[in-house]
Order: sequence, then structure tokens, then C-alpha cells
Amino acid sequence: MFGDYSLSDLGAIFAMQGFAGLILFSVYVLMALGLAIIFGQMGVINMAHGEFMILGAYVTWMTSNFFQSYLPSLFAGYFFIAMILAFLASGALGMLVEWALIRHLYKRPLDTLLATWGLSLILQQAYRSIFGAREVGVELPQWMLGSKQVTDTIEIPINGMFVMALTVLITLAVSYVLFWSRWGRQVRAVVQNRVMAGAVGINTEKVDRYTFGLGCGIAGIAGSAFTMIGSTGPTSGQLYIVDTFLVVVFGGAASLFGTIASAFSISQAQSTMEFFMSGSMAKVLTLLAIVAILMVRPQGLFALKVRK
Amino acid sequence: MLAINDLHVAYGQSEVLHGLNIDVAPNEIVAIMGRNGMGKTTLMKSLMGIIPQRKGSIAMNGTELGGLKSYERVAKGLAYVPQGRMIFSTMTVKENIETGLAASGDSEVPADIYELFPVLLEMKGRRGGNLSGGQQQQLAIARALATRPKVLLLDEPTEGIQPSIIREMARTLKRIRDSRGLSIIVSEQVLSFALDVADRVLVIENGEIVRDEPRAGVDEAQVAKYLSV
Repeated sequence: MFGDYSLSDLGAIFAMQGFAGLILFSVYVLMALGLAIIFGQMGVINMAHGEFMILGAYVTWMTSNFFQSYLPSLFAGYFFIAMILAFLASGALGMLVEWALIRHLYKRPLDTLLATWGLSLILQQAYRSIFGAREVGVELPQWMLGSKQVTDTIEIPINGMFVMALTVLITLAVSYVLFWSRWGRQVRAVVQNRVMAGAVGINTEKVDRYTFGLGCGIAGIAGSAFTMIGSTGPTSGQLYIVDTFLVVVFGGAASLFGTIASAFSISQAQSTMEFFMSGSMAKVLTLLAIVAILMVRPQGLFALKVRK
Repeated sequence: MLAINDLHVAYGQSEVLHGLNIDVAPNEIVAIMGRNGMGKTTLMKSLMGIIPQRKGSIAMNGTELGGLKSYERVAKGLAYVPQGRMIFSTMTVKENIETGLAASGDSEVPADIYELFPVLLEMKGRRGGNLSGGQQQQLAIARALATRPKVLLLDEPTEGIQPSIIREMARTLKRIRDSRGLSIIVSEQVLSFALDVADRVLVIENGEIVRDEPRAGVDEAQVAKYLSV
């Protein structure tokens, strides 16, 4: 399949597809971060995570429309405000859902799967009723359009670089919060042993609620980033949820570094192979490879080794 | 200090503790002896609010603790060193101790904790899960002390620990009591350790307190009969 291309063509293809893969990587990382935090802390598999992401995307879309009609002079900077709003909207919805639904199901982990799946259907229909079934696209400000010509055959889109930088920043911020702040210490203690965390004086319910909110908020930011690579529709989130689970499982639960490494390898494999074969064939190969690796290493790529 | 009155605890329909009455004076170390399955751990867990009580009251200086969540009991002055130590194994030694600060509101680990357990200062950057059993036990006690408790609960602290360290632990517990003026309830199966450390020895049998004697009046042979399997 490589036979039809010259060497320099191949180089350019790999570079461009690799870069396209990096944008996918960004969305995966942001989604998986939220999912992994929530799963690690509460053992809840949030099937509605994709819908929290899409909420962020819709918020970004609304902010963009608002700026276009009322504050056109500030349109260039709308994206930063949209991101914050997306984080707050998804985070607030997440905290509400935790309070109203999830906390009653902590002792029934399989039921949370069903409940959050139901929630995802409800949210999808809500989006359809509120925003309409048609997909919406966000208009980007001028400075994010276009691309940087690196060589004759390789060009890199500016919005892609922006999304990348954003992902790096958010990942750093999340790891800072988790590993160096007082609150992060409490989160990790609850993840390790919920009962014992309560018995050393940590208010586990409060930690749960804020963690769920944080995870969903990050999904909202992923939604903001998502508007740059795809159009937003009521069911767009669903397409990402399975891949994101794959990232979390493959990386090894509770390992931030594992999540990043696995998001990187999956998105790159996916994106590079898609160029040479059909999208579904690429997905089949990726899945097969992951299944094979997980059979050898069921704990995922990276898992901490300590006495139990 | 801590007054337990007519405490009934059950798992579902099966009642395990049938109306315990225990009073712990300030600055007192009470050992609760008993074989496996007699209700020691159940008592500890119900004191911490991990298992709900069916009936009765637990009061700290007159404040009722029954019905409060675990973290609220910690805020009121209870601290817990569970059986099997239950340290947070992927967190470092320092972070493990710092989890206890949520209750006390301190931002730094009090220096006297490291004075009690110098080995923890030496290993503060290591993961808790990589410590030896005895070191983990010290860590679990340090974590409990970081909450600045008035009553410290220890559930079988000598389990799986070598004899020389057990003697050391008895000395440390007394030192903690003397320097911090707190009360300690320790559940035990090792009689020599209990006699080393306690001011008063209780025996629990089938969920009831069957003996309650001050240290000086303990009939070792009689108590040992309850422990022999």
C-alpha cells in the first residue's frame, strides 16, 4: 500500500496525518482525563461523558454566536471565554447529576452504567429539542484560521496547534491539582480507600461531588476543542465515548501518564492508518492490537507497583 | 471522655454487639481483649461510623457521636488506626500523614509526629505501600495523630508485626498518651502487649463485655482462657 508513494510523499503524509492525530489526541486526553478521574474515584463509568463534552461544544457555539451579534469587536478572543463557560456549564451539570442521581448508586456500580446511559439519552434528546437536530458549526476567529507552511508538502493548521497547547496546559493544571494540592491529596486518598479516607477526617461526599464536577468540566473543555475539528450535533459525543474508554483501560486506571501515553498511541495509530485504508479497517486493526496487548498486560500500560 | 452506652450493632438481622457499656476516662489506655469473631473490629468500626449502630449511644465529652458520618466524628476528636493498617499505598509517607490534616486544619505536619516516628521523616518521600509492616503501622498511627484526636482507636496494632517492634510500640503508645494527654482504646489478642500498655483490661466475648479489670487486678490466667483457641 505504500508502493504508490515516493519516499518524500510518505514523509509528508506521516507528518500531516501525525499532526491530525495530535488534535484527536488532544480531545482523547481531555475526555479520558475526566473519565479516568471519575472512574478512579467513584468506580462510576460515566456513559454520559460524551454528552457532557457536547454540552461544552454547544456552549462554545452559543458564545461564538453571542460575540458575533453583540460584541463583534471582541470576537477574536471569544474562545477563551467560551472555554471557561463550557467548563463551568459542564461542571455544574456534573455536580447536579452527582447530587441527584449518582450518589444514590455508589453501592450499585452496574446500575450507574445503566443510569448514566439513560442520562446520555435524555441529554441527547434535550439537545435535539433545544438546539435542533441539525449539526452546528462554530465560526473561528481570523487568527485561528489558516495554517503554517513548514515545508513544500507539510502544512500545520493553526487551530490544531492551539488545541494542542490548550491540552498541554490543562493536563499540567490537572496534574498539579491532583498531585500537589491539598484537595488533590484528598481525592487520591478517597480513590485508594474510601472508608479509610472518611476515617481520617476527609468529607468523602464533598470530594466526590467536586471530583465529578471537575471530570465533567474537563469534558466541557474537550467539547470546546472539539468544535474546531468537527461539527456539533446532539449525538456527536457518542462517537467518542467508546474510544475514550479504550484510552482509559489501555493506559491503566489511575495512571495519568498511562492515560496520556495510551491516548497518544491510539490516536496516532488511528490517524496514520486511516490515510492508507478505510476508517473502519483502521479501527479494527487498532482494536485488535489493543486486545492483544491487554491480554499480555491486563493492568494496562502503566500501573504503579506497590504492596497491597 | 468517651462514654459508650448500651451499644447494639448488627449486620442485617444478625446482631453482633449486644449492648456494650464502656467508659473511657481522660488519659486512660483501655485494652479490649477477645478472640477472632468476638466483636472487636465491629466495635471499632461502629465507633468510627463505618457500620451503623442499631441502638445505644456513643458520646464524646457529652457530645453524641451516634449517627454522625466518619469525617464528622474525626472532627469531634476520634481517630482510627484500622486492622491491617489501611495506609494509602500509592501515596508517599508524607502525603499519607497529610491526609489527616483535613480534620485539624493544619497546613504542615506537626513536627512532634516526626519526633515520635523518626523513621517516617527519613522515608517521607517513599510510597506508603513500599514500607515494611512495622513502618506502615507507625505511619497509620502518625496519620491518625495528625487529626489531633482526643481519643485514639487502634484495632489489633500488633497483628503481623515482629516481637521486638511490638514492645517498642507499647512504649510509643504510652509516650503519645503522656505527651498529648489523649485516651486510647486498643483491641488486642496478644496479652503481653495489652498488659504492657493498658491501664484497664476488658474482655469481649460474643459481643458482650465479660470482664473489666484495672491493670493491677488482672488475673492473667483467667483472661488467657478467653484468648486460647
